[in-house]
Amino acid sequence: MTDVPSPQGWVRTEDAPRLPAPPNTTGPVGWMLTNLFSSPMNSVLTILGASFVIWIAWGVIDWALIRGVFTGEDREACVAVPDSGACWPYVWAKFHQFVYGFYPFDQRWRVNICFIVGAVALATMAMPSLPYKKWNALFLLVVYPLMTFVLLTGGNLNLSSSTIYFVTGVLLFSSLVVPLAAFGIEDGIRRNKPALVLAGIAVAIWLVSIFVSMPEIAAFGGYISIATLASLVLLTAAAFFSIGHRASTRDIAARSALLGWVGAVSAIIAVLVLVTADFGLVQVETQQWGGLLVTLVVAVTGIVAALPLGILLALGRRSKMVVVRLFSIVFIEVWRGVPLITVLFMASIMLPLFMPEGVNFDKLLRALVGTALFSAAYMAETVRGGLQAIPRGQYEAAQALGLSYWRMMNLIVLPQALKIVIPGIVNAFISLFKDTTLVLIIGLFDLLGIINASFSDPKWVSPQTGTTGYFVAALMFWVFCFAMSRYSLFMERRLATGHKRRGI
Amino acid sequence: MTAVIDEARPQRVSLFNDPKVRSLAAQIIFALLVIWLGYEIYHNTSANLAKLNKSVSFGFLWTTAGFDIIQRPIEYTRDSTYFRAILVGFLNTLIVAGVGIFLATIIGFIIGIMRLSSNWVIAKIATGYVELIRNIPLLLQIFFWYAAVLKPLPGPKESVNFFDLAFLSNRGLVTLKFIWGEGSGYIGIAFIVGVVGAFVVGHWAKRRQELTGEQFHSFWAGLGLIIGLPLLTFLMLGGPVTFEYPVFKGFNFVGGFTILPELIALVLALSIYTASFIAEIVRAGIMAVSHGQTEAAHSLGLRSQPTLRLVVIPQALRVIIPPLTSQYLNLTKNSSLAVAIAYPDLVAMGGVVNNQSGRAVEVVLIWMFIYLSLSLVTSAFMNWYNARVRLVER
Repeated sequence: MTDVPSPQGWVRTEDAPRLPAPPNTTGPVGWMLTNLFSSPMNSVLTILGASFVIWIAWGVIDWALIRGVFTGEDREACVAVPDSGACWPYVWAKFHQFVYGFYPFDQRWRVNICFIVGAVALATMAMPSLPYKKWNALFLLVVYPLMTFVLLTGGNLNLSSSTIYFVTGVLLFSSLVVPLAAFGIEDGIRRNKPALVLAGIAVAIWLVSIFVSMPEIAAFGGYISIATLASLVLLTAAAFFSIGHRASTRDIAARSALLGWVGAVSAIIAVLVLVTADFGLVQVETQQWGGLLVTLVVAVTGIVAALPLGILLALGRRSKMVVVRLFSIVFIEVWRGVPLITVLFMASIMLPLFMPEGVNFDKLLRALVGTALFSAAYMAETVRGGLQAIPRGQYEAAQALGLSYWRMMNLIVLPQALKIVIPGIVNAFISLFKDTTLVLIIGLFDLLGIINASFSDPKWVSPQTGTTGYFVAALMFWVFCFAMSRYSLFMERRLATGHKRRGI
Repeated sequence: MTAVIDEARPQRVSLFNDPKVRSLAAQIIFALLVIWLGYEIYHNTSANLAKLNKSVSFGFLWTTAGFDIIQRPIEYTRDSTYFRAILVGFLNTLIVAGVGIFLATIIGFIIGIMRLSSNWVIAKIATGYVELIRNIPLLLQIFFWYAAVLKPLPGPKESVNFFDLAFLSNRGLVTLKFIWGEGSGYIGIAFIVGVVGAFVVGHWAKRRQELTGEQFHSFWAGLGLIIGLPLLTFLMLGGPVTFEYPVFKGFNFVGGFTILPELIALVLALSIYTASFIAEIVRAGIMAVSHGQTEAAHSLGLRSQPTLRLVVIPQALRVIIPPLTSQYLNLTKNSSLAVAIAYPDLVAMGGVVNNQSGRAVEVVLIWMFIYLSLSLVTSAFMNWYNARVRLVER
């Protein structure tokens, strides 16, 4: 009864008018009051900070644009003006060198093709919404490196005949793996006895030939020892046996193993044919490479080689096999413990000592080996982070399905782990990209190296040449690295697909 | 019944499918491969060295070096040994790393806290700093400071004068030199005693607070001990320290203490570059402490300063310290870029020694040994620290 309003009471029957928010809390003024001038101390800081930013920005604009010299033929243009700013004609004149180094002028279309194809393939790979990721990755990791290798160097490699025999032998020998992969080890051996016996004899002959020198005869356009020839023939016979046996069964696993083997072998043969074929391209020595070209070659090769190596090392470090784990740990910690510059020195001084007599590397290749091994160690730690993030249940589920170690890794664990570490891989690439500048210390001309070298050109010596050159270098590096770091952030947000807890 | 037991009993697996045997076989094959690779490298190297009439031995370290070094923290002349030259290089590396770590930590913490500021301008300046600096290669920054900022400075005659106490020119920064007079060793002893005393006092104050709840201003007492004791000794000894002022004579400064432009450029570039990474670590560390911790501390009656000191910072440090140590290690390793501007650090000295003596293998081994020991010591510290601050859960 108490909730019946008394007749004298007043009840509001419509909404009260909506009042605007207090003027101090909304709009630009409100924003400024909360974010810039919330207290006397903050006001002082805001004013100081703003004047600092304006001072810096004005300094750069004044130097680059207002006092900058934009036209001219040589240093006179930049020296003539007293108290001049940036010397832009120097940049216009040298820009091609910054990009291509000393790559022959009429051959630069080859570099351009590599740049454009790489950019397109990478862009399509980087956009998550586009399809055919698997094929794109295959193109980027296998076809593209080959293409750039042939285009940039000119291909037409001279492989020694012994190398070719060795590769052929290994390929033929690998055919023995097909039945083992298809039927399992025990069954595979039982079904493939003749081929295995033949291959065993071939290997035995080859081993004997290491210790006993045998006469050489001319065959296939080169000299070949009788032992090599005999083992090659035996291996071919063994391969015929094992492949023929497989092709005749109706077993699906055997068919698919056979197909995989044929694919791998034809790919390797195609690679050999490609790098040795003569496409009529002029040979360009790596000494002539330079600028952005070398920076990109070192960084991209480093990361492409480091990824598989790093995955193997990361798996090794988490392996239950003591020897493998120990090796991985030592390898990773040694490379991570020393600065890149000593690795590069080591690659350029000591790598030639490690090689057997007669094997010689050029300088760029040595730097590539050094950076690849170095970044593989860092990549391994990145990938290990991803592997650790995969819940134990995934491993156990895979084992419960009866998958072998490699199938478990390939089908269940690695696809998830690598997805998690995409931002980490991009970050590794950024730091590798920055670190490529170090190759100038061992005498290669990367982007920074070539800009540094151009300062000594007497045609362009002026007080502002150095600063301008470093400004351009910094700008180019910054644009690349900043774009990549934004991409890594974008992927990080995109990949956070609900697994992570947000808020409470 | 028996049939069930028979089924449960594992069947005899062949050796091929026995995981233990397979893993053992794989390991043996792997080990043999690694040994073969190592042997091949060893064999090739010794063959190649023999062809060059060389062998690997460290005896050359005790022969005369015969070159000068522009910065010598310990006594070194042309007649000193290679060993001493490399030692000088190592000390120079430590100097760069020490000063760089000190500055990088200060700048990094300031920038990191600025990024969390509620003031929009301040936060954006810090973001701009981080995004700008960490996306430009370190080597480029070193070149910038060295070749574009310090080298174009005027010569010693028109040097920038800081109150007659320090002069900045393209030959570096010339400043006061301390000359330690007789008995100044006691000041050092007093300093050490002060540091030890501060630790003891801090420990005692903590125990007393745990037992009785009474607080003691151990920070101020410690500070007083560390600064006061040496100061007292200094005054008691009658001020045995004198200064040597740099004087401009002829073409250059005479006397005083010169800091090389190479060192300045290197320290500036290293600390500014590393600070951008430290700033991110600090920011992440502070953000990792949930706001509930602060609220809980407030509801217990702690004011904001003790909340920061006792609740937020200790928890943030647990997140900050491990990546911070690895940044320190990175800075130390990055100091090897000194070779690009000819600052005589470990790598640069090793390079010179290699050029003079042709002992490439030995020099590379020395580099790797020193840098590896540094990183092992660091990671040992990190493990110790992680074990110490790990959350003890029930």
